[in-house]
Amino acid sequence: MSAAERLQPALATAEPLFSARDLTRLYGPEKGCQGVSFDLYPGEVLGIVGESGSGKSTLLSLLSGRCPPDRGAVSYRGRDGQWLDLYSASEAERRTLLRTEWGFVEQNPRDGLRMAVSAGANIGERLMAQGVRHYGELRAAGLDWLSQVEIDPARIDDLPRTFSGGMQQRLQIARNLVSAPRLVFMDEPTGGLDVSVQARLLDLLRGLVRELDLAVVIVTHDLAVARLLADRLMVMRRSKVVEAGLTDQILDDPQHPYSQLLVSSVLQP
Amino acid sequence: MNNLIEVSGLSKTFTLHQQNGVVLQVLRDLNFSVRGGECLVLHGQSGAGKSTLLRTLYGNYLAAGGSIRIRHQGAPVELVGAEPRQVLDVRRQSLGYVSQFLRVIPRVSTLDVVMEPALSRGWARADAQVRAKELLARLNIPEALWQLAPGTFSGGEQQRVNIARGFMVEWPVMLLDEPTASLDDANRQVVLELINEAKAAGSVLIGIFHDRTAREAVADRYLDMSAEAAQPEYVYVV
Repeated sequence: MSAAERLQPALATAEPLFSARDLTRLYGPEKGCQGVSFDLYPGEVLGIVGESGSGKSTLLSLLSGRCPPDRGAVSYRGRDGQWLDLYSASEAERRTLLRTEWGFVEQNPRDGLRMAVSAGANIGERLMAQGVRHYGELRAAGLDWLSQVEIDPARIDDLPRTFSGGMQQRLQIARNLVSAPRLVFMDEPTGGLDVSVQARLLDLLRGLVRELDLAVVIVTHDLAVARLLADRLMVMRRSKVVEAGLTDQILDDPQHPYSQLLVSSVLQP
Repeated sequence: MNNLIEVSGLSKTFTLHQQNGVVLQVLRDLNFSVRGGECLVLHGQSGAGKSTLLRTLYGNYLAAGGSIRIRHQGAPVELVGAEPRQVLDVRRQSLGYVSQFLRVIPRVSTLDVVMEPALSRGWARADAQVRAKELLARLNIPEALWQLAPGTFSGGEQQRVNIARGFMVEWPVMLLDEPTASLDDANRQVVLELINEAKAAGSVLIGIFHDRTAREAVADRYLDMSAEAAQPEYVYVV
């Protein structure tokens, strides 16, 4: 079998892609998030878990450039190898980043899609923002991405509102991935979907993340989703990270009292 | 070093915060090392901490103290206290784990489940498929099942799919948690052959085998855990 052993993938790059330091934004005592620091490496999937109100979504907003922190810094190493300090960059730089090298998948696809334009136009938007003007090229990308997210390409001219919730979510993913981002933020991407649809979406996401070597920060309260997608986890409680580490270790041998409570509270079907 | 794995002073405790803070000391000051081509069998009654040791070696359980050094790409790597991505890299290349239970992912076919360890090392799909089919055939999984997700398979079939997955690639160090439990004689024989082939190829195997014939067929050395870790101590913390 050693004959087949070839094509070793490049060893994990030594330099992180993304870095957060002491990120803090508080709306009240223990409301929001405080003192969060971590590094994310190319191709790494970080899950953020915790109960509602623990600060997961606030943290995601701070990380993704949507809301400036009270304290702390977020930096990103671009394709050119230069580090950019997100909140001291200009508005234009930040917007470009958000539309090209980053993606954001909303929990509710209606927040992440343009509901008044066709599926094809939704997929083409980021490419147009990057200067692609050729109709045939946009059309081809639309058709390609619809099939990659398992939507019948014949639906390219249909409005997203005629799609089911699961299809809308897959369309939102296509819309984000078309610009070949290196880092994607996801806020409960399977949250509003039926269980049967969830499995399909998870499988699709897992495949795409590996194939495209995406770095992902995913917020979820579903530990099964976290186990399936995340390499490592951060457990949040009352605005702070109480435990962080390898996903299966956190789920099978949680150390912090709150993580133990969280893991032991899940009903096994 | 000839040893592919060196363990020293390894201990593992569980603190059950939800149960009055009970502290269980399951592993205490374990020391051993294993050379390439050698099979170490963990021995001891149920509850002695055999599975806990395997899971701790794999990084699935967090060691309380001590050191686990594994040869990874030519150099020893310390796993206790390592970053998640280092542990994952070691698991991808150097440290395999086969349990009795398959964690099924909805919609993923048996063939894909088995091929995954090779694909994650960057094998070409065609090469991976050849090896996966060969293993599934050897383990007597009917070809009609290969394209199906193993979720609906019988317990024994799932276990054999998991074994095929575990032996898909060569591992310098391989952890086996009762790989032959509840298999029929023919399939147990196949698994023992696979284990002996891995030994011949220079892998370290560390395993739990309740079945005596299986144990005697593969063991080079025993680690007596009933003596090492005796009864776990119950320490109450208020």
